[in-house]
Amino acid sequence: MNASAAAPSRGSNLDLPRLQEAYHLMQRIRSFEELAVDAQKEGLVLGAIHPSIGQEAVAVGVCAQLREDDLLLSTHRGHGHTLAKGADPLAMMRELFGRQGGTCGGKGGSMHIADFEVGMLGANGVVSANIPIAAGAAHAIKLRDEDRIVACFFGDGAINRGPFLEGLNWAKVFNLPVLFICEDNAFSATTRTSSMTAGAGAAARARSLDIPAEEVDGNDLLEVEAVAKQAVESIRAGGGPRLLHCHTYRMTGHTAADLAAYRPQEEVEERRKTDPIQRVARLLRDAGVAEAELDRLAADARAELEQAYQVAKDSPWPDETQAFADVQDVGDPRERAF
Amino acid sequence: MSKTTYIEAGRRALAEEMTRDPMVWAVGEDLGRGGVFGQYKGLVEQFGPDRISDAPISEACIMGAAVGAAMAGTRPVVEMRFADFALCATDELVNQAAKARYMFGGQARVPLVVRQPMGIWRSSAAQHSQSLEAWYAHIPGLVVVAPSTPADNLGLLKSSIRCDDPVVYLEHKNLWPLEGDVPEGEHLVPLGKADTVREGRDLTIVTWSAQRFTCVEAAEALAQEGVEAEIIDLRTLWPWDRDQVLSSVEKTRRLLVVQEAVSVAGFGAEIAASVAEALHPLLAAPVKRLGAPRVPVSYAPTLENQVRVTAEAIVAAAKSQLTPAAA
Ligand SMILES: Cc1ncc(C[n+]2csc(CCOP(=O)(O)OP(=O)(O)O)c2C)c(N)n1
Ligand SMILES: [Mg+2]
Repeated sequence: MNASAAAPSRGSNLDLPRLQEAYHLMQRIRSFEELAVDAQKEGLVLGAIHPSIGQEAVAVGVCAQLREDDLLLSTHRGHGHTLAKGADPLAMMRELFGRQGGTCGGKGGSMHIADFEVGMLGANGVVSANIPIAAGAAHAIKLRDEDRIVACFFGDGAINRGPFLEGLNWAKVFNLPVLFICEDNAFSATTRTSSMTAGAGAAARARSLDIPAEEVDGNDLLEVEAVAKQAVESIRAGGGPRLLHCHTYRMTGHTAADLAAYRPQEEVEERRKTDPIQRVARLLRDAGVAEAELDRLAADARAELEQAYQVAKDSPWPDETQAFADVQDVGDPRERAF
Repeated sequence: MSKTTYIEAGRRALAEEMTRDPMVWAVGEDLGRGGVFGQYKGLVEQFGPDRISDAPISEACIMGAAVGAAMAGTRPVVEMRFADFALCATDELVNQAAKARYMFGGQARVPLVVRQPMGIWRSSAAQHSQSLEAWYAHIPGLVVVAPSTPADNLGLLKSSIRCDDPVVYLEHKNLWPLEGDVPEGEHLVPLGKADTVREGRDLTIVTWSAQRFTCVEAAEALAQEGVEAEIIDLRTLWPWDRDQVLSSVEKTRRLLVVQEAVSVAGFGAEIAASVAEALHPLLAAPVKRLGAPRVPVSYAPTLENQVRVTAEAIVAAAKSQLTPAAA
């Protein structure tokens, strides 16, 4: 893959504290997703959720290159991106449960999680729709003469909608500071994306617009980090948009309720061997980090998220008047409601 | 006061707001050459190509980018060229712009204005002539404005640019050359406030956009016959000026709604139903709507004219409401 030259040699000059931090964050994302799936079975998560289990290295590797004031646009499968950008898991869990204190006050749910405090301008329930929005946020950054950048995640299925072409073209012709990340988990809901996609995919399409693009093993944290770092530096220096095409795999069904019977179990088991968290654990072990320390990091992540689950569960529902708040400034939202 | 055209009033509104607020910018196809109708003439020379920005023929992305740019601290004015083309950006307007503030629990503001030149303009046919205001009035989160005079185009466009909500701003293509008196200094028209164009005791005609002038023509003809029609130009469709309409109908006890759009499920239905709900026992005649039949707009003038609401039709409808049989 294109990126291998950029990846640091393994084991030699690993930044251990940083890698342990990344490992901890990946474990927090994994715990969040696992608990969210449990919570849906319990009836606590009310709407659909799309777990990112198995894709954590993409979110963590990319977001680690961003500053807090950089902006992020995400998708329906956005819990990992949002946590990696620094959002509070308790507020997110409350949002999934539709409770007060949720990131959106319980008005959005999983597919509309946003946390503007950390520059997270929203997941999106419409595939591909976040791409023009990301281009526009980058356009604003340029007009305001700021040195922030925008990161925009989307799936492999999103590249078959028009906004992908329109948004990439826009970002290129206006030379905007935006990093596009195609998180290619091989599936568009229940359909294998390759069966519905002409050509070689996201990176090839980006290159056809003269947008520099790299393909990376999205389950290899170090590779994602290295390539994302270069891309972010170039974008921040005014080099225009770039795209990362990260190959990964969705370990769960499309939604928490999808058993994914349409794909062979052997394929899933084969892919489980490339689990991104286990790969980081191996790196840490090889570098001499004790097993007990790895266990401690995982247990700490799990405990934090279990606590969030419990607190979210006991949080009150939104006040009913909130149904009418934040519609618009002009006009009475209650007009003719009853 | 000075005489200005409707198109020039819009240009002046944008220039004034861009001068006042450096975060206001306009984006759309061909703006650098003044826009397809000349609404942006001279502005690129004044403000430069970053703030009077050309765009690729990417309506979805023009709108979507405006949503992102609005959430990230600027105030975009989006040009859709023809209202018909805004349909290419429906997701971006309806699912994104209109929803962001609410679904993100109040974290977002999307202060953008979408200019959509609307309406029948001789022989523009089915894909360049539509009046789709009812679609937008139906969407929570959107403000819908349809100015008819030069003064209103100045004052309402300025208010729309200052509004923190996404505003669908429908200018009627047939009105571009219309001249009218416009105040010299700062002129703001509040959103949601109707204009009583003409006072009258016998019936209330509620209208908006270019039909205002057809209604005035009809009212003058009616006056010849001793019928005094009150005309209300809504100017803003959402929120519409319910108080002004209801108090007028309380006085006249008759309502006629006149719109250029297809009458079926048009915004006129909302006015008619609201008045009927609120004032039924008071009404001296059933409420009545006039609008286009449910056919696309044609090209040949003889066919195109079939969908127009004429002054004669308005006069006839008004009279039918005044005959005792209708009561
Ligand atoms: C415009 C649109 N069409 C269809 C859907 C339904 N839908 C939700 S997610 C999804 C699959 C998207 O696949 P991909 O972009 O690869 O993302 P992934 O789910 O794999 O993360 C579909 C079809 C949607 N949300 N929006
Ligand atoms: Mg996918």
